[in-house]
Amino acid sequence: MSPQQATGSATWGPLQWVGAVLAWLWVGVPFAYGLYELVLKIPALFG
Amino acid sequence: MAGFLTRERIVAPPGWSRWLVPPAALSIHLAIGQAYAWSAFKSPLADGLGLSGVATALPFTLAIIMLGLSSALFGTKVDTNGPRWAMVVATSCFVSGFLISAVGLYLGWYWLVVFGYGFVGGIGLGVGYISPVSTLIKWFPDRPGLSTGLAIMGFGGGALIASPLTASLLSTFGASGDDPSVVGIGNTFLAMGLIYLVFMSVGWLLIRVPAEGWTPPGWDPATASRAGTLPAGQVSANTALRTPQFWLLWVVLTFNVTAGIGILERANPIFQDFFRDSTPAEMLAGAAVGFVSILSLANSAGRLAWSSLSDVLGRKNMYRIYLGVGALLYLLLTLVPNQSRALFLVASILILSFYGAGFATVPAYLRDLFGTYQVGAIHGRLLTAWSTAGVLGPLIVNAIADARIQAGVEGPARYTTAFSIMIVLLVIAFVCNELIRPVHPRFHQPADREPDGAAADRSTTDAKGTQS
Repeated sequence: MSPQQATGSATWGPLQWVGAVLAWLWVGVPFAYGLYELVLKIPALFG
Repeated sequence: MAGFLTRERIVAPPGWSRWLVPPAALSIHLAIGQAYAWSAFKSPLADGLGLSGVATALPFTLAIIMLGLSSALFGTKVDTNGPRWAMVVATSCFVSGFLISAVGLYLGWYWLVVFGYGFVGGIGLGVGYISPVSTLIKWFPDRPGLSTGLAIMGFGGGALIASPLTASLLSTFGASGDDPSVVGIGNTFLAMGLIYLVFMSVGWLLIRVPAEGWTPPGWDPATASRAGTLPAGQVSANTALRTPQFWLLWVVLTFNVTAGIGILERANPIFQDFFRDSTPAEMLAGAAVGFVSILSLANSAGRLAWSSLSDVLGRKNMYRIYLGVGALLYLLLTLVPNQSRALFLVASILILSFYGAGFATVPAYLRDLFGTYQVGAIHGRLLTAWSTAGVLGPLIVNAIADARIQAGVEGPARYTTAFSIMIVLLVIAFVCNELIRPVHPRFHQPADREPDGAAADRSTTDAKGTQS
């Protein structure tokens, strides 16, 4: 792809936005689950 | 199919956002980070197959060795063939490792688990670990620390997901408790292999490389070059091995990781030895589990936070902090061991955050020194430092602590010698970091052999893409 081709429109349609949100949820939700499970164990440290 | 894997097929179309690249990288790193949660399998394997502690650690040990070897051996191929190829190879190997292990458990052949998870899966770890690095650096020339920090935080985060997932699956398949079902452990491996197959697929479907000549909107390579935040030239992977900078950085990474593992490896018993006298016995075990958890969190968070800060303060300065402050914190733990739990916690959390940050910041440091040309391959070769530290760190702490315990030493004094060695290692690493200078131009690639992405880094006339 030439440099000229790289300078297309920057406007995102609804499809791109949905795709981006889904992509971040795909990795964010499992990470949040792991984080939640971890945080549950921390209070024991402070008795 | 071969065409599907080529670099040409994944050049980003106009309007593609670079913020879609980190989720692709995280799909791989969050999966392969499962390796850090191997310990969840140790008790079921020991009880189910009657194995020793050393035997149950074998698959993990082999996997970490293969991580270092495969990232060093296949790094150049990863750079040549592109990230989709690398992610597909990583997915295939990592998932195959689980499936082979499942078959091994169904047949009662433990050696197949060692071969599957350790050897085949370990290749997946190495290729997967470096697969998104150079792509991220090319998409984020303005924020390489943030982008690689995000991905490498994923590797730390992978264990956070895998630990409860493994425990839940083992329980579902009747493979937990005192008499675990070996078939149940096999089913857990099978289920995890299939889960990771689906999860990682998004990575290689989503990954894109920037179009030739693309730079982030509003980012001026000429200004960045004058500010000294761009490499002066591009260095090949083979040439990098001949530079003192590579080996100085190798020592820096080895000793920084060794120092972190010093605490991480024995976090639970260290906490119990430090606070046995001041904590009620019935609360001590739970508090120690909480301590291990908070260290895992620090390890993950440090990867993103400190690595992102390196985009502002510079890589050399960040390693000054990791190594210099790290040495002072170890000194603090040695001199004021258990007078204050808050002080102990803060020091430990910072040490572990520096440990994670050392991993996360090093790809950007490599880019600063050697450029984007073959930075993935150079990173792969540098990861042999990880394998070395993986042996060195536990060896130092365990050998010394065990000897002190046998000598009848009680409390924090069990770790004084080990922590003192960590201080010395960190000071040596600090000196090595101070000795790192820009790479001499005689090591640079001739201009006509520079790759497109590298040339784009410094070109002032390149198109300012609207991909953001």
